[in-house]
Amino acid sequence: MGRITLDQITKSFGEAQVIPPLDLTIEDGEFVVFVGPSGCGKSTLLRLIAGLEDVTSGEIRIDGKPATDLPPAKRGLAMVFQSYALYPHMSVRKNIAFPLKMAKLPQEEINRKVENAAQVLNLSPYIDKRPGQLSGGQRQRVAIGRAIVREPAAFLFDEPLSNLDAALRVNMRAEISELHQQLSTTMIYVTHDQVEAMTMADKIVVLQAGVIEQVGSPLDLYNHPRNLFVAGFIGSPKMNFITGPEAAKHGAHTIGIRPEHLRTSKESGEWTGRVGLGEHLGSDTFLRVETEFGEMTVRTIGDFDARHGDTVYLTPDPARIHRFDESGLSIR
Amino acid sequence: MATAHSRTAARAMISPAVIFLLLWMIVPLAMTLYFSFLRYNLLMPGMEEWTGFENYRYFLTDPAFSTALINTLLLVGGVLFITLVGGTLLALLLNQDFFGQGIVRVLAIAPFFVMPTVSALVFKNMFMNPVNGLFAFMAEAIGMQPIDWLAEIPLLSITLMVSWTWLPFATLILLTSLQSLDSEQMEASEMDGAGAISRFFYITVPHLARAGTVVVLIETIFLLSIFAEILVTTNGGPGNASTNLTYLVYAESLLRFDVGTGAAGGVVAIILANIVAIFLMRAIGKNLDA
Amino acid sequence: MARASSTSRKLTVTVFAWLVGLTLFFPVLWTVLTSFKTEAEAIADPPSLLFFNWTLENYVVVQERSNYFRYFWNSVLISVGSTVIGLIIAVPAAWAMAFVPSPRTRGILMWMLSTKMLPPVGVLIPIYLIFRDMNLLDTRTGLIIVMMLINLPIIVWMLYTYFKEIPGEILEAARMDGAQLRNEIIHVLTPMAIPGIASTMLLNVILAWNEAFWTLNLTAAKAAPLTAFIASYSSPEGLFYAKLSAASTMAIAPILILGWFSQKQLVRGLTFGAVK
Repeated sequence: MGRITLDQITKSFGEAQVIPPLDLTIEDGEFVVFVGPSGCGKSTLLRLIAGLEDVTSGEIRIDGKPATDLPPAKRGLAMVFQSYALYPHMSVRKNIAFPLKMAKLPQEEINRKVENAAQVLNLSPYIDKRPGQLSGGQRQRVAIGRAIVREPAAFLFDEPLSNLDAALRVNMRAEISELHQQLSTTMIYVTHDQVEAMTMADKIVVLQAGVIEQVGSPLDLYNHPRNLFVAGFIGSPKMNFITGPEAAKHGAHTIGIRPEHLRTSKESGEWTGRVGLGEHLGSDTFLRVETEFGEMTVRTIGDFDARHGDTVYLTPDPARIHRFDESGLSIR
Repeated sequence: MATAHSRTAARAMISPAVIFLLLWMIVPLAMTLYFSFLRYNLLMPGMEEWTGFENYRYFLTDPAFSTALINTLLLVGGVLFITLVGGTLLALLLNQDFFGQGIVRVLAIAPFFVMPTVSALVFKNMFMNPVNGLFAFMAEAIGMQPIDWLAEIPLLSITLMVSWTWLPFATLILLTSLQSLDSEQMEASEMDGAGAISRFFYITVPHLARAGTVVVLIETIFLLSIFAEILVTTNGGPGNASTNLTYLVYAESLLRFDVGTGAAGGVVAIILANIVAIFLMRAIGKNLDA
Repeated sequence: MARASSTSRKLTVTVFAWLVGLTLFFPVLWTVLTSFKTEAEAIADPPSLLFFNWTLENYVVVQERSNYFRYFWNSVLISVGSTVIGLIIAVPAAWAMAFVPSPRTRGILMWMLSTKMLPPVGVLIPIYLIFRDMNLLDTRTGLIIVMMLINLPIIVWMLYTYFKEIPGEILEAARMDGAQLRNEIIHVLTPMAIPGIASTMLLNVILAWNEAFWTLNLTAAKAAPLTAFIASYSSPEGLFYAKLSAASTMAIAPILILGWFSQKQLVRGLTFGAVK
């Protein structure tokens, strides 16, 4: 119960087309992440699915039924907003009960569902407080609670973690994934953070300028990026790119190699470079190395001993070299 | 950022307000304009006839018009001057740290809430009366001859009355603006070696300029229409000494029942108000998106 | 923010500020005091500030002779009635402009403001004639309509500036939660905007209460509010200072109290949000 199909949809604001014709199918129960740099149209796409914006052309179907002209209330979707968008004048209990009240459910059923949701999300101690009295993480949970009580066909998340601090973000990420395991309801999640996308998604949709660059599982995108944009966007630190004669040796216009696929040595190797900045994280060390092909980022072991100005040798893992043609497409 | 559905709803929800205001504005305006070209006296119903610009010629060449126009400008200008200068000084004073700040503020704002007819009558009888008024008593106490305020200096007296009402308004707005003055900016300029006086002229005054503009424009709109104060104190007199445009039009239309001339006067008043309005709209419009 | 200032400086400022504050307030104070004097004491030379025989007689006389409460009731009905009707019309309009802005929104807002600048005297005759022909002269209904219309732009503007501060995402959340537009406005927007709506209401009651152009020109006896009631004292027989003071005190007291509560909103309302 939650298969969403986008068929040749477009969106224009006045003259400007933000989303050129786009097709996408989201399967029932999938956790799909829309990821891309800010302004890539991922939030607009989510709002189109939600019904908060009209599509300019094309069709949206939810479980096979046309939903293009349905108002948001009739689509049976629930949304968690970036700002949580809790009703500040209502207690946690009333916030969670609001969608049920709008659906005119009997009061005892509302109570039962609210209690249940509060239990699941550990909100019971705060149930009679106002949102203003809660911490960021608690507010986030209330917003999720308000979404789950409706038992929607799908959940929409619009950058829900971006207002939380780093530690809390990791926790909530796990909680949302856990929730998806429990409910196995379709979830569509928008973020600009590729780490969130990699850790949570069943399927990632990479967007740039309203265009889908690639759709696939996290590892699929990591191992087989379809083009330069996806290769550069997925993975942290970023993939290193080399053009020119060195790329031509591999029969490509551009080659890409991830920092973790370069072997570092102080004695010998294929490429020579001089160490610039070093970031020692303990578990790993990231070095910026100035080579004849430009600056490259390298991941190496935590206690690799290199100082600013030292000479190091780099050897790429030949199986892990990504090749791209002149138009930026991957060569398989 | 919305759907066609919500845009339709929005249009439906704005409509009542727009339609009411449109009617309120267009219908009487059109009628005023129409009447202004008629010979039309309420005492002679059924005798209306087209006179072209006759009413305008009559109204504009009537010596009472030029007097009323000058009086209007003096009244507006005088009140603006008093309230702006007084308001700035008062705002600076009330922005200081002192005992009973809250109470003094409440006392100072009170005049603004006094209805015009009350303030006019209280001043007329209890303060400006040449025999029993408090001003007369004070004048005698210091050995001066009491003056009959409303007979001898009617326009100035009304200016003072009206200023008493609007001084708190100017003060309140300037004070609000003063409180939003960035204290770090003040401290930075102090570090830069600016003295109290140069700080006032280089930082405080420019900061207040915007609020001051708003005060000027809004007061002007209200002051152009001063009516009750004149009606209950001097009835525009003696002679026309305290007649402003609003009162003149009122007198033509509802005292002399000359609708045609009154309407012509109304149109003139509208044109004058529009000149002010254009400036006000610019000042406020600029702030719309901010 | 507060800078350490020497106590002597603070005392000087205190004395000075109180002096200025009391001077400004003095006419009001004097009116209230006079209302408790006898007529003889009211014009006594020298005047006495506090040491006179306090009496409530004037209030009794004013009520008996001119039926103060009828005027008071007219003032209440006209100011509150016009404000409530104005709010009912303005809330949906302000919702639309704040949350579904279109390229025309700005123009509509400015135009509404411009209607406020129409000098009343410019439309006095037509309104007077229309009211005469529709038998609305000297009726509360007529005045409620006029007051509503002259204050509607201020109500819309004030609500608009308050609504603008409410994040649109919360209304979108309500829409996602299945709320129809009516429920969105009644259950989510209105309760969130209660403080703004209350101050809008307060300010407009004050403005309508003190309005003295239309109330004087469109009423005679039946529907006359307090502004007209007081104006009737301008005739020579009204030269009884103590009674005039009692009547004045009763006319301004309710609004003075409301006004003190609404200082902050007053600035915002009267400057159309240009100064906050």
